[in-house]
Amino acid sequence: MYKIVKKRVLNPTVTMMDIYAPLVAKKAEAGQFIILRVNNDGERIPLTVAGYDRVAGTVKIIFQIVGGTTMLLNAKEEGDYIQDFVGPLGCATKTDGIKKVCIVGGGVGCAIALPVAQKFHELGCEVHSIIGFRNKDLLILEDEFKACSTKLTVMTDDGSYGRQGVVTAPLKEAIESGENYDEVITIGPLIMMKFVVAATKPYGVPTTVSMNPIMIDGTGMCGGCRLTVGGKTKFACVDGPDFNGFEVDFDEAMARSDAYAEFEQKAREKNCNLFKGAK
Amino acid sequence: MAIQPKKHEMPVQPALVRARNFEEVALGYSEKVAVAEAQRCLNCKNKPCVEGCPVNVAIPDFISKVKTGDFEGAYQIISESSSLPAVCGRVCPQETQCESKCTVGIKFEPVGIGRLERFVADWHNAHFKGKLALPTPNGHKVAVVGSGPSGLTCAGDLAKKGYKVTVFEALHVAGGVLVYGIPEFRLPKEIVEKEVETLKKYGVDIETNVVIGKTLTVDELFEDGYEAVFIGSGAGLPRFMGIKGESLKGIYSANEFLTRANLMKAYRADAQTPILRAKNVAVVGGGNVAMDAARTALRLGAESVRIIYRRSMEELPARKEEVEHAEEEGVKFDILRNPVEIIGYNNPNDRRDRKNGCVTGIKVIKCELGEPDEKGRRKPVEVAGSEYVIDVDCVIMAIGTSPNPLIKNTTEGLEVNRHGGIIVEEDTGKTSKDGVYAGGDAVTGAATVILAMGAGKTAAKAIDTYLSKN
Repeated sequence: MYKIVKKRVLNPTVTMMDIYAPLVAKKAEAGQFIILRVNNDGERIPLTVAGYDRVAGTVKIIFQIVGGTTMLLNAKEEGDYIQDFVGPLGCATKTDGIKKVCIVGGGVGCAIALPVAQKFHELGCEVHSIIGFRNKDLLILEDEFKACSTKLTVMTDDGSYGRQGVVTAPLKEAIESGENYDEVITIGPLIMMKFVVAATKPYGVPTTVSMNPIMIDGTGMCGGCRLTVGGKTKFACVDGPDFNGFEVDFDEAMARSDAYAEFEQKAREKNCNLFKGAK
Repeated sequence: MAIQPKKHEMPVQPALVRARNFEEVALGYSEKVAVAEAQRCLNCKNKPCVEGCPVNVAIPDFISKVKTGDFEGAYQIISESSSLPAVCGRVCPQETQCESKCTVGIKFEPVGIGRLERFVADWHNAHFKGKLALPTPNGHKVAVVGSGPSGLTCAGDLAKKGYKVTVFEALHVAGGVLVYGIPEFRLPKEIVEKEVETLKKYGVDIETNVVIGKTLTVDELFEDGYEAVFIGSGAGLPRFMGIKGESLKGIYSANEFLTRANLMKAYRADAQTPILRAKNVAVVGGGNVAMDAARTALRLGAESVRIIYRRSMEELPARKEEVEHAEEEGVKFDILRNPVEIIGYNNPNDRRDRKNGCVTGIKVIKCELGEPDEKGRRKPVEVAGSEYVIDVDCVIMAIGTSPNPLIKNTTEGLEVNRHGGIIVEEDTGKTSKDGVYAGGDAVTGAATVILAMGAGKTAAKAIDTYLSKN
């Protein structure tokens, strides 16, 4: 069992938790992920590492309440325990040879982008961050991004905060204005990452995307997380989750990602009713 | 007394009933039938059956005990050689091992050794109330990576010699392929749990949720005071064919499909893990895993399930009994067929149509058997122009696995072959790295439970020799 040491609600649909898992905390790096089960018989879900404290032995996770499992997880409070927590899995984000980087995060993906930005900042790189949200209410981690970025641009779809528009607009402007990024790293919804890649490709700026496909074991056994990258089958759990954005087949990844959409919706409704009953 | 020419029948659930439930297919011998079957054994002098067993169970000795009704005595004899008798009695391919060598089998059907082993193990699990004779600790610590058949066997053998053994398991439950791969109806998970509990009683610690190669490395295990490490991490990434359409929705690797159904219990109505409840399923491949996947698909409510295999029924690598069970339950065999493409739904007028990207059919080409290959199996040769499409909404690829890269990538000095399998000395399981031993699918690629157990046993013996010297 793994203790929830801290819980913070970041916005109505996004929650942050620090989980006591010293073995995972000792090894975790930005870009890696963990798999957890909330309860016995629970589903295994992958969540990207949003931070870690090697001394305290905790790993930070940030999750959006999208399905039955994240709803159960969100119902847990500080001091409660979750059944299983395993990691760190996948490969850490590569930082070699990068001096200037642009981090592009979207929605809850910003939670995963943050430790990557922090890592580059610690390494002394120039970090530009562009973070986008649907609206002001969904904005998360602005202060944290500010602290590790030389330049931060906040975008909202409806203009209720920061600049109105999509993240690719300021990214294109920056590239055109002569910002020579060694790398663009983007983490967020598949459709956003697809457009980020479409924006950087004409300029040939190397672009890394962090994929978060459906997974079960997360250790290279089930093959559920497979993606087509550069025409070859790759497994996000052992080959990724970071991939060269120019090579990822996003259309396929998007189609595969909603394979269980109906089940998810039912699970969410069922759990919703359960909680209603309890309250 | 004349020998009864045939094995005593194993009682089973009726085919059409069991094809719709997840309960165990075979029901096991009664005491009376077990004794009668044991009496078919001649207790012959040269005991060829023992050589046929990868872990060399003293077969005639345990059967002699069954003859006299001393079932616990029989269990004690088996457990000297096998840490998982209730498992082996169910999933071993006895027909190509012990039973294939049986003297009775020369003229008649061989003695039902597997059925008797299963009976004895189940009898012990149901009746044994005594205390296990625990060994004196010898002060040595050994780490075992993976809690599948090879790891559990290695751990059990070492623990019985007094070693302090810790087993590290990546998943949330111990058992490896016995829990995620082999279905409930062939090997109830309760039985695996019992076997694991027995090992714990011998002092084996099981640490779940630890991925060696990620959470901890092999070198760190040595730093933590383990004096030897056994790697039994199992087979790895599933193989795909590389044909068009293989990433459509509704296509599973057998590993994923079986893991959802077995480990995550997706077959239950209240399961939190989803699984596609398909109507028409095609399983590609002809091994035991393919049979397990096909029979699981039936039990999940499929109207039709077919095996697509490129050779003929004679070449099917699955156990004969599994093939027969599958056929009885209604699985169809499209033999001499090879998939060339998987076809998906596409509505060009509505990109948001949920059905877009879902499987609708599998295009196969007919094959004929040509010249034998290097293994002596006749090669399938495609018949030009014979392609046709079978309507399916789910395809399961059961065509093998490639070794997992996690341990290889993080363990300096551990040599692997060109397929990625760990290289070991056959007689000892010793790897290229000092103090590190390996066995099971991580070495051989996908094979059987009993071969993995044999490898775990060999390595345990070698580790004991290695640590006794120090």
